[in-house]
Amino acid sequence: MKNAEAGDNEGLLVRRIKNGTVIDHIDGGEALNVVKILGITGTTQEALSIATNVQSKNMDKKDIVKLTNRELSKEEVNRIALISPKATINIIRNFKVVEKKGVEIPHLIEGIVRCPNPGCISNTNEPIRSRFEVHLKGLHCCYCDWMITKDLTSHII
Amino acid sequence: MRTQHIISIKDFDREGIDSLLDKAALIDRQKGRSDALNGKILATLFFEPSTRTRMSFESAIARLGGTTLSVGSVDACSMAKGETLADTIRVVSGYADAIVIRHPREGAARLAAEFSSVPVINAGDGAGQHPSQTLLDLYTIRQSMPIEGIDVALVGDLRYGRTAHSLAFALSLYGVRLHTLSPNGLELPETLSADLRESGMEIIAHDAIDDLIGEVDVLYVTRVQRERFPDSASYFNVSSSYRVTPEILTGAKEHLIILHPLPRVDEIDPRVDDSPHARYFEQSRNGVPVRMAMLREVMQ
Ligand SMILES: [Zn+2]
Repeated sequence: MKNAEAGDNEGLLVRRIKNGTVIDHIDGGEALNVVKILGITGTTQEALSIATNVQSKNMDKKDIVKLTNRELSKEEVNRIALISPKATINIIRNFKVVEKKGVEIPHLIEGIVRCPNPGCISNTNEPIRSRFEVHLKGLHCCYCDWMITKDLTSHII
Repeated sequence: MRTQHIISIKDFDREGIDSLLDKAALIDRQKGRSDALNGKILATLFFEPSTRTRMSFESAIARLGGTTLSVGSVDACSMAKGETLADTIRVVSGYADAIVIRHPREGAARLAAEFSSVPVINAGDGAGQHPSQTLLDLYTIRQSMPIEGIDVALVGDLRYGRTAHSLAFALSLYGVRLHTLSPNGLELPETLSADLRESGMEIIAHDAIDDLIGEVDVLYVTRVQRERFPDSASYFNVSSSYRVTPEILTGAKEHLIILHPLPRVDEIDPRVDDSPHARYFEQSRNGVPVRMAMLREVMQ
């Protein structure tokens, strides 16, 4: 078995976790957005540690997020791809990496991003979640055809 | 079978458009009456006024033997009481065999389709889609010439004018070369023109109507709204410089046709109405067979 902690230096910054998920190789500075896109707020139960701008071998600077006692679902993992496509996910059980995987950009994202078009029906009290198709150029609102081409994280709900 | 809706022209491919226009042409040749939808009920839900579009749909269903249920007015409808569109649609789809919806919010028709148990036809959602307009525009062009490879000019407010956007998209399926003429600040949105160019469409921007009039087969004129300008003097300046007059048309190709989604204000001189180029009233009339074909498509 490999060392349970992905990466080399961050062990000094963040304690090893017994059970949970380590999200490694997040683009430098994007850790807080990763936390945001996973819907983790101050009121969630999990112990959370974040290391930002860690020197890494392959990337200039990377961020790491460790979530105790929570294994991310595939859908949650893929959300991360939207902001940090190089991220890797390590599922930890009893200090061991039991699963390591990359993130995959989803085709459709629902309820995570708000449509920037104020006239869009998804920005009303209708009983629907926002819905975007993921294109090379950006995110396409399935309701109003608006394209989000930049600054995606500012549109995360 | 899945319930069929007509929400956006972008849901169609070229074969789908051609087949629908063929059906409209057949209906037209049969003098536009049948009992194909005998006993069927069409609900027209207009959350913003558009008397003509609504009359055109009501005429279409009546000519097919069906009847219309309509909301009296926007004030009387439950939207004013704060009911969601989703709820309204769930209720109304229990009363009718199809729903035609016009709504001020973009994407409203797409939402309606999700909550409806009967087919939904979009009759305009905000700045978004209005597929029946585009289909009748194409139908009118096709009455005069094959659409493939022609030169079409879009004139007027190309930034906010949704009819121009949808038409430009549809024309890109036919290898049409697009010419544009619009006031400063009202040009085709950058994202749209980039998409169109990417799909292979050639787009040529012009500064004056004289520059393009000799080159095009179709002149599609749209209204430039007064409220887009700071004062009525600058509006008048702009609108008069785009005005289509008999004098301008002396430089036109013989078979040029002029279209306008109507109502027009000053964009086309009334003296043009009698010229063989003018097709805008025919275009408006074509709304009926095209909408009949659309209703048959989803309700039969
Ligand atoms: Zn939208």
